[in-house]
Amino acid sequence: MVNITLTINGEKTSCTVAPDEKLIDTLRRHGRTDVKKGCGEGTCGSCVVLLNGRLVTSCIVFSAAADGGEILTAAGLGTANSPHLIQTSFVKAGAVQCGFCTPGMVMAAKALLDVVPEPNVDQIKTALDGNLCRCTGYVKIIEAVQNAARTLGGKDEVTHE
Amino acid sequence: MSDARDLKVVGHSVDKLDAIALATGGEKFTADDLPAGTLFARILTSPWAHARLKKIDTAAARQMKGVRAVITWEDVPRVAHTTAGQGFPEPSPYDTFTLDNKVRFVGDRVAAVAAETPEIAKAACEAIEVEYEQLPAIFDPRQSMKDGAPVIHDEPEARVIIPVPYDKERNMAAQVTANVGDIEAGLGQADVVVEREFEVHQAQHCPMEPHVALAFVDGRGRLVIRTSTQVPFHVRRVVAERLQWPVGRLRVIKPRIGGGFGSKQEVLLEDIPAFLAIQTGKPVLLEYTRGEEFASSRTRHPQILKVRAGAKKDGTLTGYDLDILMNTGAYGSHALTVVCNSGSKTLPLYRWQNIRFRGTSVYTNLPVAGAYRGYGATQAYFPLEVLLDELAEKIGMDAIELRRRNHIRSGEGSPIFQALGEGTEGVSQTIGSCGLAECIELGAAEIGWKDKRGKAALQTGPIRRGVGMCCLMQGSSIPHVDMGAAYLKMNEDGTFNLLLGATDLGTGSDTVLAQVAAEILGVPASMMTVYSSDTDLTPFDVGAYASSTTYLSGEAVAKAARHARELLLEVAGEILGCPTEDIELVNAHAIARNGNKAHFSEIGRHSLYVKNQRQIQGSASHVTQKSPPPFSAQFAEVEVDTETGQVKVLKYVAAVDCGTAINPKLAEGQIQGAVLNGISYALTEEFVFDPRGRLLNNDFNYYKIFSAADVPDIRALLVPTWEATGPFGAKSVSEIGINGPIPAIANAIYDAVGIRLTKTPFTPERVLRALGKI
Repeated sequence: MVNITLTINGEKTSCTVAPDEKLIDTLRRHGRTDVKKGCGEGTCGSCVVLLNGRLVTSCIVFSAAADGGEILTAAGLGTANSPHLIQTSFVKAGAVQCGFCTPGMVMAAKALLDVVPEPNVDQIKTALDGNLCRCTGYVKIIEAVQNAARTLGGKDEVTHE
Repeated sequence: MSDARDLKVVGHSVDKLDAIALATGGEKFTADDLPAGTLFARILTSPWAHARLKKIDTAAARQMKGVRAVITWEDVPRVAHTTAGQGFPEPSPYDTFTLDNKVRFVGDRVAAVAAETPEIAKAACEAIEVEYEQLPAIFDPRQSMKDGAPVIHDEPEARVIIPVPYDKERNMAAQVTANVGDIEAGLGQADVVVEREFEVHQAQHCPMEPHVALAFVDGRGRLVIRTSTQVPFHVRRVVAERLQWPVGRLRVIKPRIGGGFGSKQEVLLEDIPAFLAIQTGKPVLLEYTRGEEFASSRTRHPQILKVRAGAKKDGTLTGYDLDILMNTGAYGSHALTVVCNSGSKTLPLYRWQNIRFRGTSVYTNLPVAGAYRGYGATQAYFPLEVLLDELAEKIGMDAIELRRRNHIRSGEGSPIFQALGEGTEGVSQTIGSCGLAECIELGAAEIGWKDKRGKAALQTGPIRRGVGMCCLMQGSSIPHVDMGAAYLKMNEDGTFNLLLGATDLGTGSDTVLAQVAAEILGVPASMMTVYSSDTDLTPFDVGAYASSTTYLSGEAVAKAARHARELLLEVAGEILGCPTEDIELVNAHAIARNGNKAHFSEIGRHSLYVKNQRQIQGSASHVTQKSPPPFSAQFAEVEVDTETGQVKVLKYVAAVDCGTAINPKLAEGQIQGAVLNGISYALTEEFVFDPRGRLLNNDFNYYKIFSAADVPDIRALLVPTWEATGPFGAKSVSEIGINGPIPAIANAIYDAVGIRLTKTPFTPERVLRALGKI
């Protein structure tokens, strides 16, 4: 077993992990169940988190390799009573159906907007390419990210009704 | 009330009630909230498509450190059942056992383990030694009923429990027929007859959350099951049967569900953690991996459809002859009803003068099929809508015009409604609302039909464009069969708790149903706290399937809300000192004609604490008398690369008449999601098997579902109508959208390059073959 320290959503957490343990399992074991396991193979994006500011599929990252790292998950970005604007934007756009992919989608959107504050539709589609959703057809998810970018950039939000 | 104009909550896109909690990761799915000491289950699956278990040695597995239980067919009662989550008596054959001494497809259950970690459970499965006696297998449904074919269900217990055709000796899981008029006479009168054979393929639902179930025995000795299901009440009934426990000793809870699309209208996993929890006394979680989700859960029934269709030069449709051979895989889950729906949800759409329909479901040793959004209609719209295009071309009529002249309208019936039901006779009905004509008109304008159709001759170069369309209908609930119920109570602050049997699997039905109640009670939807699908706490509902929730459960909610409203008005009358008929309920206030008003918090407090105390509440159940179809016209614009065979959808328009869209944004989301799933199915998704029946592409790398990068321009157009029998004029919306992409794209490909594809999916290879290039 390996002793590691992770800073998860601002909280320093000491974890004892198996050498081959994946970050998703460590996170979920420590109550971070907003990180969802849709495939365990790095192919669906439900588990993506920011590790030291970079978007990673936590189901194929070894926990031990993340030692000392700072991790941000969707629950760290915002909560029901104090949501991040990206999360509010998903709600307003109708981009949340079953919601299983949503925490990952939100983090992928965050990773994009951190780097490209005013993305065009193609940039949004490319940034979300690794995050599968079977409910929405992505239309309203793309719209949510566009709206979040506009609002974060201080521009008018597209009205929804 | 005859239109949606005066509605305050219904018809408005209020935020989905659970959306912010989902977006911030606060909602709990089944595996997100495990009791201390939870054990992890795993199922050992069969490597062979058809084999008998000669010997099974679990000793080594049992002795492993951390293994708490191992069960095989010898440890569980032998109760024949169906995994199909349908009402009792189920129309699907009872041909499945919790564990059996025979396996019937690669991925079938062999044994199950509970261990302290998932890794130990996996290792323990590998340590189980099984000696198989391999049996000849069937992978081609055309061979299933041939003389001398191996019998897949040779066990004596396999049977049907309602009087429907079933012949297990010949691998026939179900059969249905329906006739209108005289098909040969009808085709004889036709000026043109087209005849083709179509094939529609197997596919997986791919919910982002794979199947998962948790079971534990509580302090009172009752079994609690928390499960990702569309049918919690059927889970309770069926698992009780398998365990041979009384229903009252089971509690089934549906938390948030990560999508289902029909795959979770199935009592698929729950019995295994139930048995293991009872045996170990510990909570047990069983989660499918993505690979297991592909190989061992459920799929869309593949069909081979032989079709003949005839028309006169004036566009009269004289006859339609549809003969379907459906592959249900190793078990007959939904084997009868899916093929019934292939007829009942497609044949009434046009006024065929003569119809012959036959559907036969056969067993094979391939992964098991089941319910999948569209439920048989998706398959059968392919031949119907392609042959209409062919007939139109042959009689020299515009494809839209032929449909316009022949589609069903308000006030009309179809003999098929009566002839075809859920395995038995159907229910006669007359169409109430029908906005199909408007759907066609709006959709055609949006895609640019007049400018784009039939322009192949004007194009040059390797990449050609074309447009195609189709018309669709579905249903809303199963009449005289499905029942939904709701309960509602008012709190002292004027908020309400709405308790629903109905199962929100991510569709937003909790929100839609809250809107129905809120409209009747005169409050915003945000004043509704919804709790759904807990067999101990909520009333019954058949579950989320057959496009029933809005139409059926919505009417139950409306009735319950009206009951509560009467009590609310009584209390308000006492406070305001006026007769109840003088009171209006507006924005959480009771307002008397004289202008006096009371906020709901005052009414709630009064009713609970002040005088003549009683609970303001209402409850109701509902059964439908008809299944009003939603209608849709869908249009695809495609680009076909004649050098690579690649088909790209550029634009897709789905105009849908779902009656009143109770929440337009959620309704659009249902349409967009269904359409993209349909496009993905039409173009890329396909199972690949090795010669022994083993699924080779059981992951998202090799089973391609569309991602954000693949999304074409999708336009969902809502065409409002008023269905008098539904809540606030509503019909269903969630299934219909998936039926359109296959025929609309097929017709668009023909428009672009002149090839009629008859086998799905439309891969580059099939396109190049049809073009004669390979």
